[in-house]
Amino acid sequence: MIEVNNVHKKFNQKVVLKGIHLKISKGEIFGLLGPSGAGKTTLIKILTGQLEFEEGSVKILNKSVKELTGEDRKKLGIMMEQFGLYDRFSCMDNLKIFAEIYRIPYNKVKESLSMVGLEAAAKIPACKLSKGMRSRLQLARVFMHTPQIIFLDEPTSGLDPATSRAIHQMIIAKKEEGCTIFLTTHDMEEATKLCDHVALLNEGKIVEYGSPQEICTKYNHQKRIRLRLYDGRNLDFAHAKDSASEIYSLLLKEQVETIHSSEPNLETVFLELTGRCLQDNE
Amino acid sequence: MRNICIIFKKQLKDTLKNKTILIQFILFPLMTVVMENSIQLEGMAEHFFAKLFSIMYIGMAPLAAVSSIISEEKEKNTLRVLIMANVKPWQYLMGIGLYVWSICMLGAGVIGLATAFNHEQFIFFMSVMGLGFMISILAGAAVGILAHNQMMATSVVMPMMMVLSFLPMISMFNEKVEKVAKITYTGQLREILYNMSWDLILNNSIVVIGINAICFLALFTIAYRKNGLE
Repeated sequence: MIEVNNVHKKFNQKVVLKGIHLKISKGEIFGLLGPSGAGKTTLIKILTGQLEFEEGSVKILNKSVKELTGEDRKKLGIMMEQFGLYDRFSCMDNLKIFAEIYRIPYNKVKESLSMVGLEAAAKIPACKLSKGMRSRLQLARVFMHTPQIIFLDEPTSGLDPATSRAIHQMIIAKKEEGCTIFLTTHDMEEATKLCDHVALLNEGKIVEYGSPQEICTKYNHQKRIRLRLYDGRNLDFAHAKDSASEIYSLLLKEQVETIHSSEPNLETVFLELTGRCLQDNE
Repeated sequence: MRNICIIFKKQLKDTLKNKTILIQFILFPLMTVVMENSIQLEGMAEHFFAKLFSIMYIGMAPLAAVSSIISEEKEKNTLRVLIMANVKPWQYLMGIGLYVWSICMLGAGVIGLATAFNHEQFIFFMSVMGLGFMISILAGAAVGILAHNQMMATSVVMPMMMVLSFLPMISMFNEKVEKVAKITYTGQLREILYNMSWDLILNNSIVVIGINAICFLALFTIAYRKNGLE
């Protein structure tokens, strides 16, 4: 569905993407993780044909991105943080413009609004919407023409947990319909929860690629198990055979209040690989 | 054609909700209706206010409207969304240009009707206005493309509007200003409207108007090549 081979991008003399390789299959949710300024938005812009690149190749829908026709572009849905809405228009009118461009019947507009939970706000001007509602309206605009590939640039950035959860559910629903989703985020929880595969991007370079589970397992050097007992003690065991009998006996005696393995998360993997936090610039 | 119509419709709907732009379109026709029907002074040229406000209308409304519409869409990134939805830049510019031209022609029609021109004069008046609007739209589009945001567009367009609207007006009272005003298309259009004759168009004026149009077309082309609709 999406193939990126050895893509390089410079702004003036500053290299912002260095030899990017990616392959994203149909129906997959792919997450590009990185701190602000890592090159996530630049890569999305290249993939969607908004930016030229110096070296390498990008294939979308089995075609070079440079050869995509108007009809091909209609198979893409793009939501970028900076993409605007018509502030003086109501939610309904904002969608109607694009429904006409995509030749979509008006009932689909209503359907899209109700899908993102904005049916009641249909007649409210976009300038009066909260940030979360604006994001949902942008999502409705992206989903309305049922694209095959959806690009989402930090779709939940700055939103409250409830709105973020609602957006996650919509993204999962789209995946279940067979959509391929490419999303950028610096929220490792979001990536772990949603993505089939992730790539960790740092200073324009992919430093790790795989499923979130695979990556976390790969960097699980400590391999410790932590127990908290009812008497308040915290015990730390090696994740090895020798510890099993001791843990088992504690469990049998019903002394264990909580038990945790100490696997790293994507945040700690990123920190280990780059010395930077994913959210260090936020 | 379909996308041009969509942009046209969108803009029509937007204008009704955008008072700043709406006032630009209504102000001069309204002032003409009021002044033509309320002030009659001895020695005043025939249809004085209609001709005066018509030139100001040409020099202000399309210029301000087009530059404001394009720069606002750029600033708010709605233009990028349209382009990503496969609206071609030329379709967008045609849609906006055609819309502003149509609304201005409607305003010119109101001025024409309020002035009680005869049939022939009315057609002449509308033709001159249509030509003037086209050149102003071109200039406004160039500013809109060059400007990064609405504020920048306004600061560029204001002095342009002053020159194009007020110079022809002041030239009525000052010969030195008249010499300068004559090199602008609005200055020439004022002469044409005051004489209400095709002869002038076919002689000197058309050269100056043509040069003005070519200059704005060149500016538009340079702006578009440099910035596109980014």
